[in-house]
Amino acid sequence: MLTLRNLRIDFGTGPDRVQAVKGVNLSIAPGETLALVGESGSGKSVTGMALTRLLPQPPAVYAGGEILFEGQDVLKMRDSELRKLRGGKIAYVFQEPSTSLNPVFTVHSQIAEALRLHRPEVRDISGEVAHYLDMVGIVDPAKRMHDYPHQLSGGMQQRVMIAMALACRPQLLVADEPTTALDVTVQAQILDQLREIKQQLKMAMLLITHNFGIIGGIADRVAVMFRGEVVEEGPTEAVLRNPQHAYTKALIGCIPQLGQRRRRLTTIDHASLG
Amino acid sequence: MFAYLIRRLFFFVPIVFGVMLLTFVLFFVVQSPEATARRVLGQRANPKAVENWLHNRGYDKPLLVNHNPGEPWHDSLFLHQMGRLATFDLGASDVSGRPLRDVFIQGALPSLLLTLPAFMAGLALSVGLALYLVFIRNAKVDLFASFLCVALMSIPVMVYVIFGQFLVAQVLNYFPAFGFELQGWSTAKFLLLPVSLMVVSGLGADVRLFRALFIEEMGQDYIRTARSKGVSTPSILLRHVLKNGLINLITLVVASLPFLIMGSLLLENFFGIPGLGNVLFSAIQAPDFAVVQASVFLGSLLYLGGLLLTDLCYAWADPRIRLQ
Repeated sequence: MLTLRNLRIDFGTGPDRVQAVKGVNLSIAPGETLALVGESGSGKSVTGMALTRLLPQPPAVYAGGEILFEGQDVLKMRDSELRKLRGGKIAYVFQEPSTSLNPVFTVHSQIAEALRLHRPEVRDISGEVAHYLDMVGIVDPAKRMHDYPHQLSGGMQQRVMIAMALACRPQLLVADEPTTALDVTVQAQILDQLREIKQQLKMAMLLITHNFGIIGGIADRVAVMFRGEVVEEGPTEAVLRNPQHAYTKALIGCIPQLGQRRRRLTTIDHASLG
Repeated sequence: MFAYLIRRLFFFVPIVFGVMLLTFVLFFVVQSPEATARRVLGQRANPKAVENWLHNRGYDKPLLVNHNPGEPWHDSLFLHQMGRLATFDLGASDVSGRPLRDVFIQGALPSLLLTLPAFMAGLALSVGLALYLVFIRNAKVDLFASFLCVALMSIPVMVYVIFGQFLVAQVLNYFPAFGFELQGWSTAKFLLLPVSLMVVSGLGADVRLFRALFIEEMGQDYIRTARSKGVSTPSILLRHVLKNGLINLITLVVASLPFLIMGSLLLENFFGIPGLGNVLFSAIQAPDFAVVQASVFLGSLLYLGGLLLTDLCYAWADPRIRLQ
């Protein structure tokens, strides 16, 4: 369904040019969940944003390669095609729910905006909004949808973000650090919810995270990004059990284990990775 | 909300009192009532006439507090005037003797005819231009626009006035460069030039400010969310950016609303428009303390009203703000 071929993305031009993504190859099949794991600055979020050309140009430059979604190259799409793709076929959930929702519009109006753009045939917009809010586990959706974002907790805000992404029935959900800003118990609830919904809707997902610890039960495959390149890729179980690349090993080594006593947390020594 | 309003209105009293006291002291330090009387009546007026003039206007009373034995302490010029103003009785002009109520009502209309269209057109134009600059996101156009804005800001208003009058009166010879007559739609021909000058002279600063404000909005996370939903750039600007930008815009705009009624001191003078700006200008020159005092009184009330209105508009525009 989605294939990245030798994707290269730069920031800036001339001598200040920074290569953020250096020839990434990835693919996601319908209904599949791919976890894209890496530390900050590894290019994983940039890759996710690039799927619908969300990165503002300038400073971003799509320097080369192809992003094929259902056979069409996203990098060659016209603006009107891109707007159909964004939200309609590939939807996003971002890291910081408190700033990702517009503070001056109600939950209802923000979800309704997406519905009107991609599913104009829907008559009962309020009913549809309530349906998706209910799906992501918001209690009393008919009442809560008239709330403003600041009236909701962080976990609720992220559920609203997910409901907004799901409402247009996308084929691919890009979840960019969806639980990083939330506390651990809410994190687990949101991940469970995502796993459940994904199976129910048979939707593909790109889960972008720095945390190997959360991908276990949810991702079919995992790709590890380091300094703008994919250094390792494979089925989640295999990579977790038997990592090949030194960076992957180091990253997995950073997950704190239950029942282990350690004086210091493990860190990654970048110098040793070359 | 209601309690908030009452509390705020209550605070108006000491503030206005302070402003009036300051105005009073400043004015009478500069010029005693006798000197004013002599300027109005002429240097050779007989002492009896001066005394009468002062007595009729209450200027023969002690200024702030009455220390004369046998007279109550509050029988002073300032406290009498405060008592009068407290009932919104503005009194009469020191020079012409006309009731100030009539003077102000008569002056407010020409002032509003000048400032209101200029304010509306200026706001619409600068918000529109700023949004357009953000929309095209073109470095070269931006640079050119910045240059133009700074140029507009740097030229003094006088230059606009002189150039505008020259252009209209000498070159185009189309509509009058000076004067004012209140006669239905044809009043517009007297106002077109000053209104356009007011718009143009304020445009540079406003466009730059609003552009900066909107660009900051464009970098917010919720704009990225809107784009990821497939919302088009015009919709993002007109819905998401404008509504959020509005909250910042309100502070700048609403507080200035009440001042529209006070007119433009400079433009009214240059164009001979008999508005409130002109009334105040000639009162300072005369000098006519009654007019200055009434202007300051109304001005400070309007200013406080503007601030209160700003806060109310804040609460209206931003759902996160609750007044209590």
